[in-house]
Amino acid sequence: MKVLVAVKRVIDYNVKVRVKPDNTGVDLANVKMAMNPFCEIAVEEAVRLKEKGIASEIVVVSIGPKACQEQIRTALALGADRGIHIEADGDVQSLDAAKLLKAVVEKEEPKLVILGKQSIDSDNNQTGQMLAALTGMGQGTFASEVVVDGEKVNVTREVDGGLMTLSLNLPAVVTTDLRLNEPRYASLPNIMKAKKKPLDTMSAADLGVEIASRLTTLKVEAPAGRSAGVKVADVAELVDKLKNEAKVI
Amino acid sequence: MSILVIAEHDNSSLKQATLSVVAAAKAIGGDIDVLVAGENCAAVAEAAAKAEGVAKVLVADNAAYGHFLGENLGELVAEVGKGYSHILSSAGTTGKDFMPRVAALLDVAQVSDIIRVESEDTFVRPIYAGNAIATVKASDSIKVVTVRPTGFDPVAAEGGSASVEQIDVVKDAGLSSFVGEQKAESDRPDLASAGIVISGGRGMQNGDNFKMLEQVADLLGAGIGASRAAVDAGFVPNDMQVGQTGKIVAPQLYIAVGISGAIQHLAGMSDSKVIVAINKDEEAPIFQVADYGLVADLFEAVPQLEEELKKAL
Repeated sequence: MKVLVAVKRVIDYNVKVRVKPDNTGVDLANVKMAMNPFCEIAVEEAVRLKEKGIASEIVVVSIGPKACQEQIRTALALGADRGIHIEADGDVQSLDAAKLLKAVVEKEEPKLVILGKQSIDSDNNQTGQMLAALTGMGQGTFASEVVVDGEKVNVTREVDGGLMTLSLNLPAVVTTDLRLNEPRYASLPNIMKAKKKPLDTMSAADLGVEIASRLTTLKVEAPAGRSAGVKVADVAELVDKLKNEAKVI
Repeated sequence: MSILVIAEHDNSSLKQATLSVVAAAKAIGGDIDVLVAGENCAAVAEAAAKAEGVAKVLVADNAAYGHFLGENLGELVAEVGKGYSHILSSAGTTGKDFMPRVAALLDVAQVSDIIRVESEDTFVRPIYAGNAIATVKASDSIKVVTVRPTGFDPVAAEGGSASVEQIDVVKDAGLSSFVGEQKAESDRPDLASAGIVISGGRGMQNGDNFKMLEQVADLLGAGIGASRAAVDAGFVPNDMQVGQTGKIVAPQLYIAVGISGAIQHLAGMSDSKVIVAINKDEEAPIFQVADYGLVADLFEAVPQLEEELKKAL
């Protein structure tokens, strides 16, 4: 079966995030960018399905400026077969991303679509669910285990208070949580090979989707800092302060 | 304006998070209805009717909603919610699952995980794992919003007297079915609603050492959490994780034991009223947010804490 994986180019998770002094956003100039960590897990899961002989082809898609071809190449080096780059400059919000992906799903007809549960920049946690709703597919969100069984997929989800397992009809959408797998590193020979793998570029207009910003960011601020309190000398002083000063125990 | 709040519950009791969502709805202003979708959930509807500020409780009681499947809830809420100006739910794992489906079915944007209401169309939410706070204005006619419960003080659970109305809308998409669940068995309070939380980090060294925290937690009636580092190291399960990628907590007292204080952890607990840090590294960033810091080896300090608490309580 064909698996479609969507990946997003975001700020590298190791980079210290700085808010711009004019409060219009986060400073991304000359900052290291990388594949969103949850998307890496999505790519890894697809590659494992291929290694098990369940997935026959992995198509990786990314929406964004030309630079996001780097992340597509990374996914190709990790084991995806083919890339699709949907060129879009500026802010593509979740609903539009879902509409673009829906158009790709209609062309490619994958049996399984895997996405990260959220991107670490906008932290929305929306695109996978929106794509599932728009395509009329079932969804297994925040997956910690994915087992394909014939025309069904069983997804174990990380939910408040424990785990929940669902059975979904295929085709279906899965969004990944942290413990689904540990992504591998791309080997140098695979990075070289990835450069020769096919990568198609298309625009939103090619897919018949009009990008419309429905949410306007008015300002972005640094979080209000907490100031450091006092150091206590020992446990006895700590308990005394909690009881008599803070009055929380 | 009219606001539909989707209740979070387990078919038998209303989760406190719902009261915080009603508080967010009050901050927006307008009539507030609560939708209780579940199976055999009459007790939840009764509880919701008593919540302060609720005008009407709508109950969709059907097997299709018993396990809160996102496909079915998405269709139900899109249908019931299309007559409202705002649709709100908690940003728990259930709300995060079905609300984007509602937004997509209504062809509107969703505003996720708000911590403050500026006006009827403008909301404040953390982005970049809490490293930045964005003020966002939504232009769609229906605002679909998930609410971070710790951002809003819950309304009173008692005192209201809303009417309760059964609605006969059955949406069974037939796309998914419930197979099973593993609930974390614990007599301790739920992390998200506990008044006191004690969490361990990588400094705990292994899962067995978390028993030390359990003894202190039992004395305080506290919930037990962990940093992502402790979860990644395999000490404890992920449902104990406090942080941007785990649970967001804001208890009266948060005790961080052997936690260095990575930004992703701070994003999950820095709204706590009082923060205590116990760490042997005096340079650990956790001390920059702690009200009370104790530089000590946790393997000595935690047993001492247990002893001192026995004396003090």
